[in-house]
Amino acid sequence: MATSTEATPYTIVIGLEVHVQLLTETKLFCGCRNRFGDPPNTNVCPICLGMPGVLPVMNQKAFQLALRAAVALNCQIARFTKWDRKNYYYPDLPKNYQISQYDLPFSHDGYLEIPTADGGTKRVGIIRVHLEEDAGKLLHAERGGKSQVDLNRAGTPLLEIVTKPDMNSPAEARTFLEELRLLLRYLEVSDCNMQEGSLRCDANINLHVQHNGQTVATPIVEVKNMNSFKAVEAAMAYEARRQYEEWLRTGAKLGEVPKETRGWDENRAVTVSQRRKEEASDYRYFPEPDLVPVVVSEQMLQEVRSQIGEFPAQRRLRLAAEYGIPEYDARVIVELGKAFADYFEQFARGLENPKNASNWMLQDVQRTLNAKGWTIEQFPVRPEKLADLVSRIERREINTHAAREVFAEMIESGRDPGAIIAERGLTMVSDEQQLKAIVDQVLDENPKVLEDFKKKKGKKRKQVAGFVRGLIMRQTKGRADAALVERLVNEALVARTGVPLE
Amino acid sequence: MALSAEQVQAVALLARLRLTDEELAVMTGQLNKIVEYVEQLHEVDTKDVEPLAHPLPISNVFREDRLRPSLPRDVALRNAPDTDGEFFLVPPVLD
Amino acid sequence: MSGESLVGRTALEHLDALAKGELSARELVQAYLERIERFDGHVQAFLLVDADGAVKKAAEVDERRARGEPLGPLAGVPVAVKDVLCTEGQRTTCASRILENFIPPYDATVVRKLKEADAVLIGKTNMDEFAMGSSTENSAFQVTRNPWDLTRAPGGSSGGSAAAVAACFAPLAIGSDTGGSIRQPAALCGVVGLKPTYGRVSRYGLVAFASSLDQIGPFAFDVRDTALLLKVIAGHDPLDSTSVARSVPDYLACVEEPLEGLKVGVVREWLSEGVDPEVATAVRDAVAVYEKLGADVCDISLPHSKYGIPAYYIVAPAEASSNLARYDGVHYGYRAARYEDMIDMYCRTRAEGFGAEVKRRIMLGTYALSAGYYDAYYLKALKVRRVIREDFDRAFEQVDVIIGPTSPTPAFRLGERLADPLSMYLSDIYTVTANLAGIAGISLPCGFTQDGLPIGLQILAPPFEEERLLRAARMYERETEWHRRRADLQQAVAAVSKAG
Ligand SMILES: [Mg+2]
Ligand SMILES: [Zn+2]
Repeated sequence: MATSTEATPYTIVIGLEVHVQLLTETKLFCGCRNRFGDPPNTNVCPICLGMPGVLPVMNQKAFQLALRAAVALNCQIARFTKWDRKNYYYPDLPKNYQISQYDLPFSHDGYLEIPTADGGTKRVGIIRVHLEEDAGKLLHAERGGKSQVDLNRAGTPLLEIVTKPDMNSPAEARTFLEELRLLLRYLEVSDCNMQEGSLRCDANINLHVQHNGQTVATPIVEVKNMNSFKAVEAAMAYEARRQYEEWLRTGAKLGEVPKETRGWDENRAVTVSQRRKEEASDYRYFPEPDLVPVVVSEQMLQEVRSQIGEFPAQRRLRLAAEYGIPEYDARVIVELGKAFADYFEQFARGLENPKNASNWMLQDVQRTLNAKGWTIEQFPVRPEKLADLVSRIERREINTHAAREVFAEMIESGRDPGAIIAERGLTMVSDEQQLKAIVDQVLDENPKVLEDFKKKKGKKRKQVAGFVRGLIMRQTKGRADAALVERLVNEALVARTGVPLE
Repeated sequence: MALSAEQVQAVALLARLRLTDEELAVMTGQLNKIVEYVEQLHEVDTKDVEPLAHPLPISNVFREDRLRPSLPRDVALRNAPDTDGEFFLVPPVLD
Repeated sequence: MSGESLVGRTALEHLDALAKGELSARELVQAYLERIERFDGHVQAFLLVDADGAVKKAAEVDERRARGEPLGPLAGVPVAVKDVLCTEGQRTTCASRILENFIPPYDATVVRKLKEADAVLIGKTNMDEFAMGSSTENSAFQVTRNPWDLTRAPGGSSGGSAAAVAACFAPLAIGSDTGGSIRQPAALCGVVGLKPTYGRVSRYGLVAFASSLDQIGPFAFDVRDTALLLKVIAGHDPLDSTSVARSVPDYLACVEEPLEGLKVGVVREWLSEGVDPEVATAVRDAVAVYEKLGADVCDISLPHSKYGIPAYYIVAPAEASSNLARYDGVHYGYRAARYEDMIDMYCRTRAEGFGAEVKRRIMLGTYALSAGYYDAYYLKALKVRRVIREDFDRAFEQVDVIIGPTSPTPAFRLGERLADPLSMYLSDIYTVTANLAGIAGISLPCGFTQDGLPIGLQILAPPFEEERLLRAARMYERETEWHRRRADLQQAVAAVSKAG
């Protein structure tokens, strides 16, 4: 969450340029797989290798995801959009031009609302969002060797999001990225994994320094190579200090020196100038003649809007308010995607206490999904069935221990919880007389525990009580009402030994 | 608007073409002649004319997001001047 | 039937004979291979002759025919393909050093369609490097000669394909036309060549020169064969976003039907200045044939057509500078042997791999797109392109087809225009506008000069009116005999050796 900057004689001004990879099955212009981590040069074909004579054909899903993101970022959607070639030579760019969008991006002028430290919100302006192809990867040479080119990533769909310079602290920059990730994950546009490079971020930063009653802007610096949200925050903080010191030293103002590019050095926690002696870039953009324009109809937009529905930030607030679950739980549930949150809501509606639903979702259900590699859509237990199970805990019909056993079988067989409970005799034993008799019987049979209870102190003494509870549970095959057992055991131990519980 | 040899050299770098001094001189002369010829385009009044980048009035051509087989890696690398069997190799790029 | 009496016939005549069992596909391909063997040393139309592959395919066609299996519409007919189309497993060079050893792992869509039509792909033909030129002299490997006069150029850039048909090395050939590269060599070699509407034929696997102008098209001896071949290669291709999803008419079935009340427009500007008098006379005679046939002939004006060449020499090089950026010695193709670093490797590879004309156009296109010049050149050229297109739109409101000369001159001498790039560029003065506008055009023989050089008549039609174009062309062709003449190679060879 953004925190207010400490009193400084300057304001920090940050704009971000974010690239996110889209969650498509295939690349933007060919049918090769769009996947991270496969062996080098195995997801390539003549088209993404840029071989002579091949032509691009646009992936419809990529365009739809891009539209979805732009609509969610409150952008104006251009009715007519086209693609352009950005020409530059680099070995990871097989055609030596990137198919991108230049003067007519498909969307522009949007915003993203981010939470502020004081509990309010702030709008960060979005200048444009456009769709382009990614480059491959160049593994830089070690001293004396050659560089290696892997083109698996070449031609995968990429969304470029350019913000206005609306962020005024490193924390705000980070919050923006967190909110953006939440949004794009929730919409299933991107997994936004910075480690795997599916979200990449460059920042433009300068300062507005208060000097002699005037505001002086320092030269804008572009910072690259930030590989985590933490790194973005740290790099911005470092760069603000550095720019202020440099300004104090040189007094250089915006426009007086050429724009500098600096790289974040994670190990040394500093930014390093990347001045390269290459010719001034001249990308010679021109309309891509191998693709045709896209005209976005009202119908296409309606479809996208209906896919989005409620926005994640709104939903997070609503889940917390409507179900009374902690904000943290609401946030995580929403972050796990729309389908996950939909499941939660259906599940929670069948319960007395919706908090039980968020506990089950974030523990038992999540654990199972992770273990099996399932998405929530693949999870075999429907939310009404799970509610049926958990509401039996709420009604004290079964205890949690037994419920887990039923849950495991429901995943395997898909049967109703009621049937499993009946068959396995898992109904909770909560009759006080009956349980008291079992407690007495157990203590009669184990006189040593009473000795231990007397001898031990504090935590150790409590452990003895726990041991007795275990014996009771074993006796009842795990079906006993755990809270009742605890009370009865404690009462019996204190009564028989004459020493207090702690 | 004559092109100088320096300008032509700068264009050659943009185009990644190495020109010898002799080639540069010939190229500069020829380009100037062609550019001078092309200048007659400015005789045409195009005040309210939209550029025509493409002769086809079609739009919205998409393909489905469906996998098609990629090339086996050895085939993908077969035409390359230098590989190690897994990667394309290029002179060291130290970034 | 002897081999020499076979070659020189049309594809439809061959198909008829094959269907009747008068000859086998093997005999046919053998006759052509012998002819190539005997004369291609003089003509140099082919960069690659795939004798083994052709014989194998012919044998397969014969076997399938013997078994009574269904066969494609070109079953057993030899077709020569310009080396600008990718052929799987077969060297595809674009007549450039930079692709000297490139073997594509895929077929161009047109090549696939030819194979599916059971054509016998006999070889890859010479061309100007990357289709840049109008004489086929810009090939990195050899100079193709005009079969009518071996001291003259066949035109270009599809000179190898035009010469291959004119020399009776194949009854059909495939070329590509970016500014006239099918029609101009067709005219200079005395054969028929057709540039389809942009989007009619898939460009997938056609090595790109200028993507918004390139189209693949057929060469043949006459209009009927042209219709046959166009039908095979045309149609929508999901691999080419710019190929149009329209059905393909059966061009051959309707080609003999004359067009009632045909309105023919004669381009005033194309018959006034700069055109060779013998060419102008032949075209006027052709106009008279249409009048005799009852067509309504009138003069029309394409006032901006003179800006076609300047607009073309911005648009085409601009696109080419980007299309040819991929030849950099990294993923395929030639790489310089010695270099200092990455940038130097690029610069030397491209300097050594490309010929002079290609470099010239890359330079021109890079300049036209570069910062500070984009508006003055590239954008201006695109606006003039629209004005040229609007000239055609207006003209086609008045007339059904437009006719004029294909080339301002008949075949010129080899070497004659090499030193002066501009003089070479002007060879395409009547053809480039069709590419800029994206419309369909055809060139067909309409006479010979006193020196015995062929003259071509160009007919243009609105977008996707290839059927009209072919029918109008056939109306003329039926009244004339020019398309029946064949170059006498024996005599041409003798003439050269006598002169030498
Ligand atoms: Mg970008
Ligand atoms: Zn691919």
